[in-house]
Amino acid sequence: MPYVPHTPDDIRRMLGVIGAPSVEALFAEIGPDMRPKSFDLPEGKSEMAVLAQLEDLARKNAVNHVSFLGAGFYDHHIPSAVDALSMRSEFYTAYTPYQPEASQGTLQAIFEYQTAVTRLTGLPYANASVYDGGTALFEAAMMSVRHTDRRKLVVCEAVSPIYRVMLGSYTANLNLELVTIAHKDGNCDLAALTAALDDQTAAVLVQNPNFFGTLNDFSALFAAAKAKGVVSVISVYPVLQSVLKSPGEMGADVAVAEGQSLGLPLSFGGPYLGIMTCTKEMIRQMPGRMVGRTVDTQGRTGYVLTLQAREQHIRRQKATSNICSNQALCALRSLMHLCLLGEEGLKRTAEICIERAHYAAERLTAIPGVKLLSASPFGNEFAVSLPVNAYQAIDKLTNRGFVPGFPLGRYYPGLENALLVACTEKTSKEQIGVLAELLRGMLA
Amino acid sequence: MNTVFKKSDPGREGVWPQKADKTAAEMLPQGLLRGKPAGLPSLSELDVVRHFTQLSRRNFGVDGNFYPLGSCTMKYNPKFTENVAALPGFTRLHPVLPQLKGAGRLCQGALEVMYETEQMLCEICGMSAFTLHPMAGAHGELTGVMIMAAYHKDKGNKKTKIICPDSAHGTNPASAAIAGYEVVNLPSKDGIVDPDELAKVLDDQVAGMMMTCPNTLGLFEKNLPKIVEMLRSVDALLYYDGANLNAIMGKMRVGDAGFDVVHLNLHKTFATPHGGGGPGAGPVGVSEKLVPYLPVSRVEKLEDGQFFLNYDFPKSIGYVAPFYGNFGVVLKAYAYILRLGGAGLTRATEAAVLAANYLRKRLDGVLEVPFDRICMHEFVATACKQTTCGVRALDIAKMLLDKGYHAPTIYFPLIVKEALMFEPTETESLDTLDQFADDLIALLEQSAADPEFAHNAPTTLPVTRLDETRAARSMELTDDL
Amino acid sequence: MIPNDLKYAKSHEWAKIEGDTATVGITHFAQEQLGDLTYVDLPKVGASVTQGAEMGSVESVKAASELYSPVTGTVTEVNAALENAPEAINQEPYAAGWMIKVKLAAAPEGLLDAAAYAQVCAEEAH
Repeated sequence: MPYVPHTPDDIRRMLGVIGAPSVEALFAEIGPDMRPKSFDLPEGKSEMAVLAQLEDLARKNAVNHVSFLGAGFYDHHIPSAVDALSMRSEFYTAYTPYQPEASQGTLQAIFEYQTAVTRLTGLPYANASVYDGGTALFEAAMMSVRHTDRRKLVVCEAVSPIYRVMLGSYTANLNLELVTIAHKDGNCDLAALTAALDDQTAAVLVQNPNFFGTLNDFSALFAAAKAKGVVSVISVYPVLQSVLKSPGEMGADVAVAEGQSLGLPLSFGGPYLGIMTCTKEMIRQMPGRMVGRTVDTQGRTGYVLTLQAREQHIRRQKATSNICSNQALCALRSLMHLCLLGEEGLKRTAEICIERAHYAAERLTAIPGVKLLSASPFGNEFAVSLPVNAYQAIDKLTNRGFVPGFPLGRYYPGLENALLVACTEKTSKEQIGVLAELLRGMLA
Repeated sequence: MNTVFKKSDPGREGVWPQKADKTAAEMLPQGLLRGKPAGLPSLSELDVVRHFTQLSRRNFGVDGNFYPLGSCTMKYNPKFTENVAALPGFTRLHPVLPQLKGAGRLCQGALEVMYETEQMLCEICGMSAFTLHPMAGAHGELTGVMIMAAYHKDKGNKKTKIICPDSAHGTNPASAAIAGYEVVNLPSKDGIVDPDELAKVLDDQVAGMMMTCPNTLGLFEKNLPKIVEMLRSVDALLYYDGANLNAIMGKMRVGDAGFDVVHLNLHKTFATPHGGGGPGAGPVGVSEKLVPYLPVSRVEKLEDGQFFLNYDFPKSIGYVAPFYGNFGVVLKAYAYILRLGGAGLTRATEAAVLAANYLRKRLDGVLEVPFDRICMHEFVATACKQTTCGVRALDIAKMLLDKGYHAPTIYFPLIVKEALMFEPTETESLDTLDQFADDLIALLEQSAADPEFAHNAPTTLPVTRLDETRAARSMELTDDL
Repeated sequence: MIPNDLKYAKSHEWAKIEGDTATVGITHFAQEQLGDLTYVDLPKVGASVTQGAEMGSVESVKAASELYSPVTGTVTEVNAALENAPEAINQEPYAAGWMIKVKLAAAPEGLLDAAAYAQVCAEEAH
């Protein structure tokens, strides 16, 4: 039996010490009427056989297409050292750092992660992460509800629909009012957002870049929110934070992000990383774990889980959130990724992504009938309207080995012809050129 | 050890991509750009490698240390599952691919993994359907309670309360509260749920009850059939917290036993690594009557053998994850189940229960075990006897660290004073269990004679005991610039 | 450690009543049970408090406890120093560790005197 080391002799000896006649006797409390009605699973296999089976399944996935898919989840280069270091078993096979003296590695790494993400967002406090960017946005909304004791959330429709549907599910039982402010050609309607804020509003939720790739400076909106006692929540794309105005500079109260783009593979949807940062005023509302710096009995610097009294294992139903874990390994990977790139490397990554996307927009809009959805500035992703249904274009080009982008009609009725195109540093100018030619040929 | 930020030396080149032809300032309006640099470190690749290698040496993990942390199931994590999850055919797969019409053909392998995993989890638990979307155990709980709420709402039931036994994991009441329910605390009797106590709090307002079985004391809930019957009588649902599924796999199926909802912790029972606290995965299974409320999307198999995602479930609770859960974690669990097969899973359960009972007996008389009878995969002892000479559960934990063992879970469950919760798991050899028992017994003897020895522990690790009050008061959560 | 000039609630808060004003805090016994306090959450000036109802909470490293108001009325002053120095509650629960001042809406009923409260503590200590 793999992974169970007990020999028949061991088992006899153990039963002898326990004073039980058989292993089965240990399960005597599970009565005959409670035994499984069936347990029809395949027989075990060798390691080699399982690997071969999974390799076959992996081959059924088309991952060699040239892809312009983004929609908030991006295929960035991950430095090799991230894999090598994060696979060290001392990190990998540890549990939550409940015994700080035996977990300084994990704890210091989380402290450094907290430091790194606060520097990106420009807000002073961070937690040790939550599941993903959507959960982070929901938790940020709940922070604002607790902080203000108000029940209304004003959300920009250009915030990722992937996050907004999660927000809808989570708030369904919580007696909260979700007010969605329509986008205008992929732009946030700042005037309408501002007008929607009142003394019942807990938070205004926006995204930069938004789902359409459009960039904004939300300073004026956040100032208006502050004047009405409304919490400003912003979701950002951490790679671009190396060059874009930070949430802190805009006056945000809570900044969250999907951390996938920092050292995590796409892996068909997870595991990812929910980054959460906030101001000092909001820190008591922060859910999840946090690591703090302190000293040991000899005055040496050390790290511990802190502010645990807010958490579920102490507060039970009064906890700030039911979340009792963090994505520690994902947070560790993102920290390693940020350290390996450094300030300059992350800035270069952002600039090359933006440059490629701008080049792609130029090439695609040179095709008759293809237009940018909006004239607003964008970063590494942009929306174009096609003279045909976007699904049709995707279908045809996919057969040629190119996935040209994401069909915005999937979430935005009326935008059936709009295609969302993303570039990363892995997208070459040559690939962009081929995409443009294929699309031109298809539309001709 | 200095933070990585203090090791920064501006000018050192890391793993940089090529430089773009234009700067951000040349491509975007000035008002959109940040005023000052973020303050990330500048380091060479070796600087980074050395920093994190040194950090890793300041950690215990299952590969290096026996880790009997009760309730957390720190079993050995087979290495081959890492190779599976690292296959480029999976890691490079973009999650929105199946949303492009017809592009389900581009990810048939991944959809098959999800479908087959759900089928096997259904068979293991005796449930009608599973969703893989929840991204951790607590997330599974929240999803499960949301499904229960959707069921009652759909039936027009006016339910406001969820019952949680006092032995429950703290996440149970927290999840119920986040889902909008009032939590009713149920006291245990002789370590398990007592039907008479249940009768006192059970009424028409009760939406359901959350149970862990075996419970957090490692004891089997032998009144289960009676409890099921009582809950059914008021149309309340029974929730199974799968944290301890590794104690009953192959011996009992929660669906057969009458549970309506179950969440599993793949990182516990199915051996995926805990990674210092995550990522995990918390799939949720339901009985027939709750299937319509499962989150979307759901993976289905067509008659021609093709797999596709179905979003058309009008009664669904909606989306609890951005996509399909922690797919990378699910892959490892799937590979583990294939490797062990049905008989292997059953033997894993048997060996886990055998090891826990053996360790319980070996420590008999040294530590007091409040409910001293056959346990399942873990047991709870108390250091009450030791406290008379000033040695607390915390001190025992710290002494064990000095010996190279991770400590058991301490001060949980809350209903046992000075609790020490041991879960040896099936993957530890008899030699390891014996050595651990011998060392623990010796430490208890030494500390009884010299309590200061216990109070000073640990002394052999990078730090001694840390000032947690100072950490909470000063709230220093980031390095200064 | 139980001053005679104060009134006490069974939930371990004290009130010093002077005319129509009460000063409120937690007792020495309570702070000892809670351990080193790290945070205190108090009502704002102008808020109403009700005798026996929750008015805030205190946290130590591993515990959190609700505070129940021993009196009914309107908060007129909050001890702002506690925000950054909750240890004052541990050090001087009846002096520098005071929490709020309340303008009474009605005379509190059923509060204990020092002797009766000492009895409560003695029972709970077992």
